[in-house]
Amino acid sequence: MLILAIETATPQVGVALASFDGAVASFHASRDRRHAESLVPAIDFVCRQAGVVPADLGAVAVDVGPGLFTGLRVGLSTAKTMAHALRIPMVGISSLDLLAFSARLTERHIVAGVDARRGEIFVATYRRVHGGVQRLTEPTVTTPDVVGGVVEAFGEDCLFVGDGMSRYADTFCRLRGVEMATESLRYPSAAALAELAHSKAVREEFVQPRDIEPIYLREPDATPNWKSAARGGPNP
Amino acid sequence: MTNPFDSAIGLDPNLVVLGIESSCDETAAAVVVGGREVKSNVVSSQVDLHAAFGGVVPEVAGRAHEQRITAVLAEAMVEAGVEDSDIGAVAATVGPGLIGSLLVGVSAAKALALVWGVPFVGVNHLEAHFHAALLDAPDVEFPLVMVLVSGGHTMLVVLVGPERYRLLGATLDDAAGEAFDKVARFVDLGYPGGPAIDEAARGGDPTAISFPRAMMKDGYDFSFSGLKTAVINHVRANPDVSIPDVAASFQAAVVEVLVEKARRAARDVGATGICLAGGVAANSALRAAVEAACVADGLGCHLPSRSMCTDNAAMVAAAGWYRLQAHGPTGLDVGADPRMAISFLD
Ligand SMILES: [Zn+2]
Repeated sequence: MLILAIETATPQVGVALASFDGAVASFHASRDRRHAESLVPAIDFVCRQAGVVPADLGAVAVDVGPGLFTGLRVGLSTAKTMAHALRIPMVGISSLDLLAFSARLTERHIVAGVDARRGEIFVATYRRVHGGVQRLTEPTVTTPDVVGGVVEAFGEDCLFVGDGMSRYADTFCRLRGVEMATESLRYPSAAALAELAHSKAVREEFVQPRDIEPIYLREPDATPNWKSAARGGPNP
Repeated sequence: MTNPFDSAIGLDPNLVVLGIESSCDETAAAVVVGGREVKSNVVSSQVDLHAAFGGVVPEVAGRAHEQRITAVLAEAMVEAGVEDSDIGAVAATVGPGLIGSLLVGVSAAKALALVWGVPFVGVNHLEAHFHAALLDAPDVEFPLVMVLVSGGHTMLVVLVGPERYRLLGATLDDAAGEAFDKVARFVDLGYPGGPAIDEAARGGDPTAISFPRAMMKDGYDFSFSGLKTAVINHVRANPDVSIPDVAASFQAAVVEVLVEKARRAARDVGATGICLAGGVAANSALRAAVEAACVADGLGCHLPSRSMCTDNAAMVAAAGWYRLQAHGPTGLDVGADPRMAISFLD
């Protein structure tokens, strides 16, 4: 089965195409948060490089967040519409699970974080298990100080991964037992998403497009926008 | 500049366009054949979601669009009774509007264009509103005077021909719909303000209070901010004033300015008729006044049906049909443009 994987929960746009044997083609770009502009051309590019057409796809996997609200909506709207039009099922995977999965070869516990802006991080903790990682705490949004406090109290050696952690590297470096992951693991990988989606596909853990839900973890700012249609709103 | 419509080459009456609209607080999809024949027009309104806040909350709108878009698309296809393979192009509003809302419709449209291998057409939301008035008027003769009045816009435009517009004037401050919303909120008539004022005004006297008619005689621009302030001051100074009288008198002031300028514009440019577009075009006093003015001046009167006044995707599909044939497809690398302007003729 060919799975198309779409990752737009961070400033990166990631697209990968994978069969059961692994990634066939992939594309990652992380400049200027141009999700809406880049995503569909990237899907087109990846399909062409792999010599397939959308009708060859068996499922669409998407990063459901937490992450950038607008990026998430671009990814989910594109992925859901494609799956709906192709009448194929979907797999939704959290951005934090993807970050932890990519860092799974460590002996340490893993703290995965996506930059939530406004001085906060979307964060969850994991430990390595056979063939992958197991989530220890549910995704939440909190400050670097709280993360530092919890990790110090935890007392285990930890690997910090993701742009939410690297943004506060100066603070986290000083914590005992903490190691920062390499910059190549800064954003969730679409190739990892395709790989994880395949393991779910084997177990037939599919969902329908209408059942895919983004993980926002934050209530919307409830400020009405009077000039909305005229001037475009202040949107996160 | 040559007008591709002069030759009428390539106008395909059988081209089926799927339109998508998500610029503000309506998630909508529609199937329209040949820019005219509306096969389906599905609108999922979020008005209830935003009512509690007294205005559209951008992030709430964006989330709701993402949640609803797939079902709305499916419904538009089923209602139209068309197969995927019948669709010849996918059009979506790319601006102006709320960025987080626009991106949902643009992303969905581009995804469909890729999967189906058909052209994508990015449509200007305001131009789509122009087309709403013309959906029911296939054999209209240009030029026409267009009054676009919505929560975000107040514009007086000459439609020189399809895809050819000249701007006469616009509001210098509040949009007409914005003034309706703010006045309605001030006198506790609720949200959205347009229908609430319209309803309340039915029981009121439009001549009871003489509110200012700003810039009535000068140019084609509008100003509604002073009127809104005058209403607020009047109600503060007269706490026992009849709210229906306030609503009717305020509405009469807005309507009189809009209609007077439209009539003058029609005379000045030799228009064959006057068109209304935008959410405020559903206002019953405005419709009645435009109809009366057109009868008096011997002009054609093009009022969109009420469902075509508010944001919908049929107008987007119709605009997309014209745009595709006049300007060709839009690249799949286009994003949304929250401040998108119309390219007016000089
Ligand atoms: Zn509109």
